Amino acid sequence: MLLIPCPWCGPRSEPEFQFGGEPATRPVPAAEVSDAAWGAYLYVRSNEKGPHRELWCHAGGCGQWFLMERDTVTHAVLRTHKPGAAA
Amino acid sequence: MRRLPDGSRIARAAPVAFTWEGRPMQGLAGDTLASALLANGVRVVGRSFKYHRPRGIFGAWAEEPNAILDLSWQDRAGIARHDPNARATMVELLPGMAARGVNGWPSVERDVYGLIDLAHRFLPAGFYYKTFMAPDWHRYEPGIRRMAGLGRLHDSADPLRYETRHAHCDVLVVGGGPAGIAAARAAAASGLRVMLVDDRAAWGGSLLWQGGTIDDRPATEWVADSIAGLAEATLLPRTTVFGWYDHNALGLLERRTAAAAGWAEDRLWHVRARQVVLATGAIERPLVFPDNDRPGVMSAAAVLQYLREYAVLAGERVLVATNNDTAYDTVLALCAAGAAVTVADARTDPGPAARRAAEAGARIRAGSVVAGVGGRRGIRWAEVAPLASLSTRERLPADLVAVSGGWSPAVHLFSQSGGKLRWDEAEAAFLPATPRPGQHLAGALAGAASLAACLAGGHRAGLAAARALDRHVDLAPPRAPDTPAPAPIQALWHLPLRGTRQWIDFQNDVTVKDVALAAAENYASVEHLKRYTTLGMATDQGKTSNVNGLAALAAFTGREIPQVGTTTFRPPFVPVSLGAMAGLRHSALHTPIRHLPAHAEHLADGAEMREYGVWLRPACYPRAGETVAQAIQREAAAVRTQAGLFDGSSLGKIEVHGPDAAAFLNLIYYNEVATLKPGRIRYCLLLRETGTVLDDGVVARIAPDRYLLSPSSSHTGAVLAMLELWHQTEYPSLRVAFHDVTAAWATLAVSGPRSRDILRRLHTGIDLSDAALAHMSLAHGTIEDLPGRIARVSFTGERSYEISVPAGYGAALWQHLLTLGRDDGITPYGIESLSVLRAEKGYILIGTDSDGMTLPDDLGMSGPLRAKKVDFVGKRSLLTPDATRPDRRQFVGLLPADPGFVPAVGTHAVVQEGGARRSIGWITTSAHSPALGRSIALGMIERGRALADAGAEVELFHLGQASRAVVTAPCFHDPAGEKLHG
Amino acid sequence: MRYSFLQLLKQGLSGQTGWPPAWRSPEPKRSYDAVIVGGGGHGLAAAYYLARVHGMRRVAVLERGWLGGGNTGRNTTIVRSNYFFPESARIYDFALRLYEGLSKELNFNIMLSQRGVLNLAHSEHDMELMARSVNAMLVNGIAVELLDAKQVRAEVPLLNFGPGARYPIHGGFVQRRGGIARHDAVAWGYARGADSLGVDIIQNCEVTGFRIEGGRVQGIETSRGAIAAGAVGLSVAGHSGVLAGLAGFRLPIQSYALQAMVSEPLKPMLNTVVMSPATGMYVSQSDKGELVFGGGLDLYPSYAQRGNLPVEQTVVAGLLEMFPAFRRLKLLRQWAGIVDVCWDYSPIIGPAPVDGMYLNCGWGTGGFKAIPAGGWLMAHLLATGRHHDISAPFDLSRFTTGRLIDEAAGAAIAH
Repeated sequence: MLLIPCPWCGPRSEPEFQFGGEPATRPVPAAEVSDAAWGAYLYVRSNEKGPHRELWCHAGGCGQWFLMERDTVTHAVLRTHKPGAAA
Repeated sequence: MRRLPDGSRIARAAPVAFTWEGRPMQGLAGDTLASALLANGVRVVGRSFKYHRPRGIFGAWAEEPNAILDLSWQDRAGIARHDPNARATMVELLPGMAARGVNGWPSVERDVYGLIDLAHRFLPAGFYYKTFMAPDWHRYEPGIRRMAGLGRLHDSADPLRYETRHAHCDVLVVGGGPAGIAAARAAAASGLRVMLVDDRAAWGGSLLWQGGTIDDRPATEWVADSIAGLAEATLLPRTTVFGWYDHNALGLLERRTAAAAGWAEDRLWHVRARQVVLATGAIERPLVFPDNDRPGVMSAAAVLQYLREYAVLAGERVLVATNNDTAYDTVLALCAAGAAVTVADARTDPGPAARRAAEAGARIRAGSVVAGVGGRRGIRWAEVAPLASLSTRERLPADLVAVSGGWSPAVHLFSQSGGKLRWDEAEAAFLPATPRPGQHLAGALAGAASLAACLAGGHRAGLAAARALDRHVDLAPPRAPDTPAPAPIQALWHLPLRGTRQWIDFQNDVTVKDVALAAAENYASVEHLKRYTTLGMATDQGKTSNVNGLAALAAFTGREIPQVGTTTFRPPFVPVSLGAMAGLRHSALHTPIRHLPAHAEHLADGAEMREYGVWLRPACYPRAGETVAQAIQREAAAVRTQAGLFDGSSLGKIEVHGPDAAAFLNLIYYNEVATLKPGRIRYCLLLRETGTVLDDGVVARIAPDRYLLSPSSSHTGAVLAMLELWHQTEYPSLRVAFHDVTAAWATLAVSGPRSRDILRRLHTGIDLSDAALAHMSLAHGTIEDLPGRIARVSFTGERSYEISVPAGYGAALWQHLLTLGRDDGITPYGIESLSVLRAEKGYILIGTDSDGMTLPDDLGMSGPLRAKKVDFVGKRSLLTPDATRPDRRQFVGLLPADPGFVPAVGTHAVVQEGGARRSIGWITTSAHSPALGRSIALGMIERGRALADAGAEVELFHLGQASRAVVTAPCFHDPAGEKLHG
Repeated sequence: MRYSFLQLLKQGLSGQTGWPPAWRSPEPKRSYDAVIVGGGGHGLAAAYYLARVHGMRRVAVLERGWLGGGNTGRNTTIVRSNYFFPESARIYDFALRLYEGLSKELNFNIMLSQRGVLNLAHSEHDMELMARSVNAMLVNGIAVELLDAKQVRAEVPLLNFGPGARYPIHGGFVQRRGGIARHDAVAWGYARGADSLGVDIIQNCEVTGFRIEGGRVQGIETSRGAIAAGAVGLSVAGHSGVLAGLAGFRLPIQSYALQAMVSEPLKPMLNTVVMSPATGMYVSQSDKGELVFGGGLDLYPSYAQRGNLPVEQTVVAGLLEMFPAFRRLKLLRQWAGIVDVCWDYSPIIGPAPVDGMYLNCGWGTGGFKAIPAGGWLMAHLLATGRHHDISAPFDLSRFTTGRLIDEAAGAAIAH
């Protein structure tokens, strides 16, 4: 059961959070995006074994989304930061 | 076996009556079920899983492989209790307990299935993989299933409530023996929040039966003083830490003998600890020798425990077989209790401990092992042989063989935490290599062999835990007298005696031969061994068998033990009751259900309540003598001809504020919402980025910078989460905020040709004229002096008004509107009636008519894709080859050929292709339409719009029954929408 | 040596010491015509069918740990083919048909127990969705029966029909051919069969890289040396993304932990497999007597083969809501496997973006039931370089065209 440092609220327990997937950069405008590029954006992920960037929401707390780097093997939380803050 | 007249802490003045196999027996308060059975001379308590060999109690605690019993009793609240697989060594004896064996017929003492053992040579490990194939496994399976399993489930309801607790602490100390107590003392002295946990009822761990001197006092006094000094700490006796999860979260199972009436003893704890001290001790290993599974072969440490704690002498003529010094404590205690003791010590030079034992009267056979035992339901003799010459045997009369094959540190939690093990050749044991961060190891787990070492290690661990949290402690460590170093252990695995059966896993009947077979067949990985032979997979999870099994595998594969490795230690350390795992999450609390503000009024009006999403809502309001189907027809007809009242309070209400609200929502919604005029409402779809329809609902613009969204009842949470996600991550610069006000408002809909007449009787400042409040518009104002709003939207196809007032007034408004509308025939209608009305109009219900693959064009809404310039959510996905293929399923109406036949929802439309049926879609909604006086249906049909244009007929298929229907446009009633406006 | 009752008797008279190894442990050769990475059920089955159906003999299976040690040995052993879309029905029923003859074909008892798989419906809406699914299956040629509440109660009287049931049972549907099989035996049976046909099964051999020249795979770098390969198949559930990374491409896959657990063994009390979509729970009773059960995925990607406590408790709560009498039973062991999850929960079978390399992955939580089909179709790809008809819809290209096969979306079937 992870202990997640919410950038706004501090460390809180996993059941308060919602996992939001690996962030992907949205290609626009739609008219210029190929099927392959769009499909990759929608479905293809790095799925890193090791440090992994992901979006989380403190749904049972402040309701804010944030970025978290987490090791998918050890589950260690390496860091969290607000979206837009230096990565 | 008998209870000694004196000695031990057992409460002799408090007899406890219980039964074993129906026979009345007496134990003492403080007994475990196992100690009480031994005190009553019970030898055979179970049968082994496979060969049905008679089995007796081996251990004294969690490691016990054999004494798994069926246990019934009444608790203090008078509730009948039952445990089909109770481990007798961990059960605190209560009055009236009725224990029975589980795996024998007619009893475990006289079990006819014991005959299976005669065929053992044909039933090696994994024999079932090699036979039972012809003619068919199904022929054999029922019989094999009947043979397997331990206890029998009682099919009665369990009325108990189970509880879960959550706790945080600075330092969690696992294990209340000398090391754990020393660690807790040290950590607590720093002022940190300490939790001390031990799975026994009394504190002290091995001190309870080993005794000793600490700080120049009897150890028990030191324990009592130390525990008293931990007044600020949380003390959890009778509590097993069963699992180590991520980030120092530990799972605890507390057995509360003082649980309140109606509450289960088992309570689950989630503990998040900043630092953890593990002082989990060690488990004694059996010796492996021929017929070592006989009742009367016991762990030497267990024999000592039964003697010291419960004053139970497990045998009068005892052979103690050992390869290490620890068994000599048992020898001395047995001698002192008057037993005749012979010691077979595998070591040729057993050292000073053996000399002391000899002085106490024991006969010592150095360099010798136990090579066999006799007696089927109890030991009658044992054979001792020199290890160097196993055929030179001497038979001794004996009624107990106490064995010690060395100790395995209880590394389970350490391993679960990710810790790596190292094989210590000198100790012949797997020990923790290095502690994990935030973790400290002490006592026998860390290899401490003496009381002094346990105390010192525990104290150090407590200080280290405090230091890791920046606390420094000035506390003298507890001291025990120095003891001479024990003579080293001599690793002793199985005996090289051909043609014998030597048990490694008692419960699952895995012998040395089975390991040899697995190795010969190249099931040489330790995991293959486990799975092929079932070694370590019984209810004791290999606590006594693990290392002996690894050693045998190493021997048969020509490897060293560390090369063989270990299997993974999985939680839970001891079996955990499922009820405790679930806690209060059952029945109504499993997933709480939401009630409408006017819930009580609906019940009073006779509503048939059903669950929709997480809401309990009226399906319809059957009158006396009316069926649900009749009620639905009546209510729907009333709305078409007069007026109906519907509780729509569960409909989502999300307010969107901010100067960029219009721009943001236009990026989110499929439909254009930026051009919506204040006071106007638009029906909109919301897509996922994959293009599929997530939700539909109306969007109202209240002001230039303010919108009100109405997601469907079960999607409100998902829609709000989506808005927040897109705003926070994709469009953070837009100035907009969201607020879910669903629970703040009650919303009641008055629908039907007379709806406006009824509303005109309402005290409201809102102008209800069609000029001021046209279809798809809304107005704010007061309603019966309450702040509120009225929206003209319709899901019935009739003129409709949705009136919203603060939720607390919802019930009053419901009654008020029924009163105001009485003369106009106002009729409460439920979801099912609404569903008929909306089906007549061809309005979709998300999640019913649509599914997770539906695109907007499938629903006939292609306009926004063509017209809208911005890259709204899901736009690009509507342009893929799959989204634009011509043979997609499309939303259509269906008129069954037989107007009296309502095809079931879920009926498929099929075509015959190449001699086989192929589905081209399915019916999503169907009803008898009161407006049309016939059956109607809606569905998703391949190329459905073209079929409708052609007026084509399709074949329907439902559970093998065929029928036909004509494909039409989805709207059956008032397609021009005149009734909405007129 | 052929396994039989007579052989067992004969060996019994000689102390069970005459059994040969079930498979060899050969040293890897320098080169093979086809190399399959992943010694789980899918990989071993592919090797077996390559040898038996396509006559290829220079075949190797490379396994990082011990064969059958991944999800093949960690699942809840359910087999069924009660799928909604024709594409899914074809592939899973192909697997089930192969399973039905597998013990005899492999001469290894996989203990296929076709005791029926019962899916529950907890509301009228569930019943309607179920009717849609049942009709789809019947049209697809999969025999299933729609049951009302009374019939469900007759099948499984232990289910929660009490007044306090949070999820009352309105009915269900059953596939009688569905059931359970002994998972390890499937891996071992295929391993023994493949080995006897000359396939080299190389355990403790980790793939560290691929040799790719001109866009075509030439060989594999391993912890036991380089191995040249004419064709390479990847069947490494859980680690497909890692292997794809070594080969220089990415997949539409995320790896999640899926927990499973068993209770202490009990006498027979549950004779079918039961699945509840409301709680996501599925349970059966093993021949040994343990309840074997599981539920949804853990909530975030993971390569750690362990589960977390909140999900474990959710699964247990779901089980007990369906079977209140199980409350007094005890959880004996809990573990997790790492599953490949595609967006649409359907597998990826077909050519990889590297020539000569083929994928069999993305089975999500349902890989065990598909092992014979996954192996057969992979063998077809490796031997012919082309899709079998059954595998074509599961090509990687569907994530570009958008033609997903989303069972949950189409039919609300719990995976």
